[in-house]
Amino acid sequence: MWKLLQIELFKIFRRPRTYIPFAAIAAMVLIIQLGLKFDGRSYLELMMSSLSDSFYIPYNMIMNGYLVAFVILNTLLIQVPLLVALVAGDTVAGEANMGTLRLLVTRPFSRTQLMLVKFGASVIYTILLLVWMAILALFLSMLLFGTNDMLIARNNVMEQIRASDVLWRYIAAFGYATVALSTVAALAFLLSIFAENSIGPIVSTISIVIVLTILSEMRIPLYDNTIKPWLFTSHMLAWKGFFYSRSNGEGAAIPGTVENLPAILRSLGVLLAYIVAFVTAAIWIFKKKDILS
Amino acid sequence: MSTIIQVKELSKRFRELQAVDSLSFSVQEADIYGFLGQNGAGKSTTIRMLLTLIAPTSGEIEIFGMNLRTHRREILRRVGAVIEKPDLYKYLTAYENLSLFARMSGISPTSRLLMDQLEQVGLAERAHSKVKTFSQGMKQRLGIAVALVHNPDLVILDEPTNGLDPQGIADIRNLILHLSRHLKKTLLVSSHLLSEMELIAGRMLIIDKGKKIVEGGAAELFDPAQTIVELDTTDPSFTAEKIGYSIWQPFLQERQGGKFILKMDKSRIPAFTQDLVTQGVQVLAIRPRHSLEDYFLSLTTANQHVEAFTN
Repeated sequence: MWKLLQIELFKIFRRPRTYIPFAAIAAMVLIIQLGLKFDGRSYLELMMSSLSDSFYIPYNMIMNGYLVAFVILNTLLIQVPLLVALVAGDTVAGEANMGTLRLLVTRPFSRTQLMLVKFGASVIYTILLLVWMAILALFLSMLLFGTNDMLIARNNVMEQIRASDVLWRYIAAFGYATVALSTVAALAFLLSIFAENSIGPIVSTISIVIVLTILSEMRIPLYDNTIKPWLFTSHMLAWKGFFYSRSNGEGAAIPGTVENLPAILRSLGVLLAYIVAFVTAAIWIFKKKDILS
Repeated sequence: MSTIIQVKELSKRFRELQAVDSLSFSVQEADIYGFLGQNGAGKSTTIRMLLTLIAPTSGEIEIFGMNLRTHRREILRRVGAVIEKPDLYKYLTAYENLSLFARMSGISPTSRLLMDQLEQVGLAERAHSKVKTFSQGMKQRLGIAVALVHNPDLVILDEPTNGLDPQGIADIRNLILHLSRHLKKTLLVSSHLLSEMELIAGRMLIIDKGKKIVEGGAAELFDPAQTIVELDTTDPSFTAEKIGYSIWQPFLQERQGGKFILKMDKSRIPAFTQDLVTQGVQVLAIRPRHSLEDYFLSLTTANQHVEAFTN
C-alpha cells in the first residue's frame, strides 16, 4: 500500500496543474497581507466601527500576525474546497480520460486498495495545501506583523485571547480544516468514479458545495432543525469554535479552554461520517464497475 | 504443453447488447494465439474480461490453472497486456512510465532493467523524453515495454498494430515472434487483420457478434476450395458480359467498382485466367485475397454475404 501511495503522490506532484492551487493560495494570502500591512488600520476601523465609540481600541496592538491569520482563514477556507475539488475530482476520472485507468486496474492489487490509495493521496494533497496555507497565513503573518494578544469580535463583543494561548488554537483549527476539506475531497472522489473526464466531477462538487453552503447559511426555521444539522457544509466552519474560550465570572477568557468543545466534536463526527460514507460508496461502486474507458 | 488460458461458456451482456455469447476456447503454453474478429465482434470485451476490467455475465475463466475470480492477484502478477490504445502518462517520460508500472506490478526495477526493456522496443534513446512528444508507433512500443517489464508468462495484446505504419507493423510482428520463439512467452493477440495473424499465430479463433465462428490452425481454417479471388481488368463491362455467359458465372460473388470477386478452388485459377484471355478480356491482375472479410465471404453463400458485409 505504501509503495502504491508513493506512486500516486509521484503522479500527482509531477503534473504542473497540481501547483495551481498552491499558487492561487499564495497569491490570495499575499494580497490580503499586503493590503493589511499598508492599510490595516482602516480595515480594523471599519470592522470595529460599532465599538469604537464606547471603547478605546489599541489598533496597533490588535493588528498582529494572529489576527491577520484569522482574517485570512475566514476568507480562504470558504474558497479552498473549490481548489481541493480540482485535484480530488481528477483522481479517477482523470485516469479514465487518459486511458490509464485500465492499466491500473489490471495490476496485481485490488480495486479497494487502488481506491484507498487514491483517496489517501487526495487527503495528503489536502493536508499539504493546508500546511502551505498555514506557513503563509500564520507564520508569514507572524513574521510580518509580529505577535500579540488576539482580539476576536463575536456578537458585538470583543474577546481577548492571550498571545501564549493562541498557537494551539490555530493547530487545532488547521487540523479541523483538514477533516472539513477531506469531506469535500471525498465527495469529489466519489463523483469522479462516474465520469470519464474530470470536468464533470469538479463542476458537480463545486455546485453541490455552493448549493449546500447557501442552504446552511439561510435562516429559515423550517430547515434549521431538520436539514441543516445533517448537511456537511453546516459543519465545515466549526473550526472557528477553537477561538471562542470559556469565560470566568468577570467575563475574561480562561486560557486553554474552548467554549463548546462537544459541539465541535459533534461537527467533527458528522464530517467523518460523511467521509466514511462517500469513500465506502466510491469503493463499492468502483468494485462493481465495468472499466470501458 | 499445458493450458494457459481456459475460457468456458463466457458471456457478457450490456443491457440489450449481447457482446460475447457462450464463448469457449483455450490457449496453450508458448503459443501465439490469434484472436480475430471484425470491429465490434467482441474481441476487446473478451480481453477485458480476461483482465478483470469487465465482469462476465456468466461463464468461467481459468488462467495458469487458477480461477480468475478467486486468484485475481496471483494471475495478474504473471500477465502483461496492452489494451487497445497504449495510453500512458503523457506528462511523464518513457523511463518514468516504465518504472512506475514495473513497481505497480510488484517488482523493484533497476535502471539497467528499465533501459534494457526500452532498448528491446527501440526506445532507449528517447528514454527521458516525455510521452506527449511520442508518435503513435512509439507509444505502442512503450505500451508493449510496459506489458513486458515484469517478465510476465502470458502477454495479451489487443490490436497491437493499430495505427502503425508498415515498418511499425513489421517491428511489432518480429517482437511478438521473438517473445514466443526465444522467450517462450504465451501470447494472445487480437486483430481484425487476418493476413497479419496468418504470419504469426499458431492457432486462431475467429469470432463474430460475440460467438465463435471457427478455431484452429491456419491450414485447418482455410479451405483451398473456397478461395476468394479478386479480378481486375481494363474493361469491366466487357468482362461482366463474358463472365455472365460463361461457365464461371456461378463463381461470381460480387462486383466492387471495376473489380470482380469470385469464390473458387485455388487450382482453377490458371484455367479461369486462360479462358478470360481467350475471350479477349485484358486482365490487369488476378489474385487470391486473404482478409477477414474474405474469410467470412468464403463461409457464406452469395446471398448471405450481402447481409454480412453491407451491414
